[in-house]
Amino acid sequence: MTTTDKPRHAIGLSMKRKEDPRFIRGRGRYVDDIVLPNMLHLALVHSPYPHARIKNIDSTAALAVPGVKAVLTGKDLEAAGLAWIPTFHGYDKQMVLAVGKVLYQYQEVAGVVAETREAAHDGAELVEVDYEPLDPVVDPFEARKDTIILRDDRENKTNHIYHWEVGAREETDKALAASDVHIKERIYFQRCHPAPLEPCGGIADMNPATGRLTIYMTSQAPHAHRTVVSLVTGIPEDKIHIISPDIGGGFGNKVPVYPGYVVAAVASVVLKVPVKWIETRTENLTTTGFARDYHMDVEIGADKDGKVTALKVGTVADHGAFDAAADPTKYPAGLFGIVTGSYDFPHAFTELDAYFTNKAPGGVAYRCSFRVTEASYAIERGMDLLAGRLGMDAVELRRRNFVGKDQFPYRSQLGFVYDSGDYHATLDKALEAIGYDTLRKEQAECRARGELMGIGISTFTEVVGAGPSKHFDIMGIKMFDSAEIRIHPTGSGIVRAGTRHQGQGHETTWAQIVAEELGLDPQNLIVEEGDTDTAPYGLGTYASRSTPVAGGALALASRKIREKARKIAAHVLEVAEDDVEWENYAFTVKGVPGKTITMKEVAFAAYTNPVPGTEPGLEATFYYDPPNMTFPNGAYIAVVSVDPETGETKVKRFVAVDDCGVVINPMIVEGQIHGGLTEGYAIAFMQEIRYDEGGNHMNTNFTEYLVPTAVETPVWETGSTVTPSPHHPIGAKGVGESPNVGSPAAFVNAVMDALSPLGITHLDMPLTREKVWRAIRDAKAAKAATA
Amino acid sequence: MKVSVKVNGTQYERDVEPRMLLSYFLREELGLTGTHVGCDSSSCGCCVVALDGDRAVKSCTMFAVMADGHEITTVEGLEQGAVLHPLQQGFWDQHGLQCGYCTPGMLMTSYALLKHNPDPSDTEIREAISGNLCRCTGYQNIVKAIRQEADVINAPQEKSA
Repeated sequence: MTTTDKPRHAIGLSMKRKEDPRFIRGRGRYVDDIVLPNMLHLALVHSPYPHARIKNIDSTAALAVPGVKAVLTGKDLEAAGLAWIPTFHGYDKQMVLAVGKVLYQYQEVAGVVAETREAAHDGAELVEVDYEPLDPVVDPFEARKDTIILRDDRENKTNHIYHWEVGAREETDKALAASDVHIKERIYFQRCHPAPLEPCGGIADMNPATGRLTIYMTSQAPHAHRTVVSLVTGIPEDKIHIISPDIGGGFGNKVPVYPGYVVAAVASVVLKVPVKWIETRTENLTTTGFARDYHMDVEIGADKDGKVTALKVGTVADHGAFDAAADPTKYPAGLFGIVTGSYDFPHAFTELDAYFTNKAPGGVAYRCSFRVTEASYAIERGMDLLAGRLGMDAVELRRRNFVGKDQFPYRSQLGFVYDSGDYHATLDKALEAIGYDTLRKEQAECRARGELMGIGISTFTEVVGAGPSKHFDIMGIKMFDSAEIRIHPTGSGIVRAGTRHQGQGHETTWAQIVAEELGLDPQNLIVEEGDTDTAPYGLGTYASRSTPVAGGALALASRKIREKARKIAAHVLEVAEDDVEWENYAFTVKGVPGKTITMKEVAFAAYTNPVPGTEPGLEATFYYDPPNMTFPNGAYIAVVSVDPETGETKVKRFVAVDDCGVVINPMIVEGQIHGGLTEGYAIAFMQEIRYDEGGNHMNTNFTEYLVPTAVETPVWETGSTVTPSPHHPIGAKGVGESPNVGSPAAFVNAVMDALSPLGITHLDMPLTREKVWRAIRDAKAAKAATA
Repeated sequence: MKVSVKVNGTQYERDVEPRMLLSYFLREELGLTGTHVGCDSSSCGCCVVALDGDRAVKSCTMFAVMADGHEITTVEGLEQGAVLHPLQQGFWDQHGLQCGYCTPGMLMTSYALLKHNPDPSDTEIREAISGNLCRCTGYQNIVKAIRQEADVINAPQEKSA
């Protein structure tokens, strides 16, 4: 383990990003920028109904459009055995193009392939589908009654998908019953959507001469996708080449395989030319992986001094038409077991039931590690409700219940072993930065004037870095990750990893890790990801796993190189290997000051003067299977004012103190935090994918599904504490998702604190002006009625 | 329909469908793929270019034929010789981009902003880029990047004052 105590060669430096020169010149290469010879274009036909039987599909008019080459339907795919594909974890299957009936509005029904994008879309408008509408089931609590069974293709005639639980039910119930104080609240984490600015898309290119299928795709996990394509189609894996070019943001949305990719691949196989499919924004928001949609009943018990006694959370999850949630196979509810958060609960139990509804499938993690955001929101909201019930300051309640610094490694009642943290120190730093005591005084003055001002705290703990192979796999593939490093004779090199960045800055930070371990210049280490022909096998970039898993692989591959380099150094310096030490980023000889050789010199020797009888060259590959997850944490404080006349919330200040262990590049970490907080702000105040009672999707573009602009986005104040992960090779924990996991509760807690004088204790997100205004109006009316 | 347009200093003549959007004209007819498309509702601003030197326009809201007789500057036209435009330098220096997808539109909007207002306040910068969405950065470093360029522009004026 390394720490940040001494000056570092590359880790800990705010190096400017190596990927930026191409992006600022408009020379990035995103999938839609790629044009192949003779390429055709695919447009998809979508269902206007949320639930309907397909009686007939007539392609005649579409085929008559000049330039249209083919129309594909579910029946065509059935012939190829591809009408259905397995979902992410393999427990369910999903339709590629609808067969029999459609199960959600905008479901893909047919594909039109044409010479131009325009002709393909013109053709798609003319595919005539005859539907027999069926009653939709929109609400998971209605679905639970099994009055209408949605999935008649499944053996079990029920809308219930699965039950999952962890913890001790009886002990928890007993402890709750015996508690002095008890809160219970239904907390809904709304359906939302990651909505990266670049929509999903791909080009499938079946080369009849080589028999190889190349797929350029917006993929956060190219190797996993190669294996899935091989398993589903029967095409040998060596004949599949996935290239994930520059990706315009992912946030979990680009983890699953979507129908467009599959239809494009089938079309390319049939037509023997490349076929491009690029999603429209509407298609992105209506059909690709949504996030959250958890209805959580949160119960917390405590004694009268505010020491928590038990936590129980029961969840109803709406998975939409297929069970396509993106969770590791053995974790159907993801890592929801982190719901005890940063607190030392003596008893805990959580259970979840998932249901099918007539909504788009999904359940991806929108900038979060497998359901950690839902869990963090539940506990952080719950703690504030408990503080309110106890009449205790929200900070004091948290302090009394934190897992103590000396309790790590800490085993939670729900089974995780937290690696490290100093929750009190992190919170203290945030309180000091925001001036907490002064703010509370200011708030009292505001309240005296009838103004609504609120302060919201969130002291969250994440669990990221999936993960150890004994627990974590996706369709059987263990969730390790990998690195391959080749050092060239002149001391530069190429670094490849099984991850795939989408803005996280791996081309810079991976070079920094290797440069730190080998004493080389990070500017001369090129980083390459996303090409399955060249990169070592890995499970990809999501769930904050890149640094915890691939970051470990990079450090350990570097150390393998360093060990070999030591032998070469000894050979060149003509000393015994045991006398060679790695000191100040070069090899030195024990007791002989000044006798040193740099890694650059060793690299040259590896090719020009190899150790006799040993393998020449200087490269290494490492597959890293992490021994545990990592547990980044933080203390966030939001200060808001609410306009009682309009319901508008203004975020006056926001302080985020993060502890993500050892920081590789502080500039990039800060950028990640800014971005994640902004997404958290969006979820707290703006974003929801809603369906009306008839199953109509209500947020089909960026005028209805809002992304915050620069005007309303708050100015973020950041800070950090560093508690290295004891088991990670460089002590890092991962950070990309912390701000999105931790911030929604801080915002909502702040608004509820502002509204507390009116007797309002909980509102579900998003806290739109209208929702807040209505709550204020109703609260005032209720007060007037009782007065 | 015939269209004659000067893009980044080069005159182009093309015969295009009347419905072809300027964004797709730039990307597909001229191969200038720095101009991106991120939505169907003129909301995201990934496609912003400068029209006639100083007007930021969303190229998805214009037909290619409407650009006939006009001059367009795209992100590819910012760099002069091998020297980055100071705005490009600012975005790089201040970590004003992550995935890079919104970056060309952000650069062109701020390019037009500084033509009209060489010394904008942070509030004015935020208002000017409010038609450009970014999912990665939270805008804070973009504001800093534009501020860096504004400071470069304003430095000589301060000296002469």
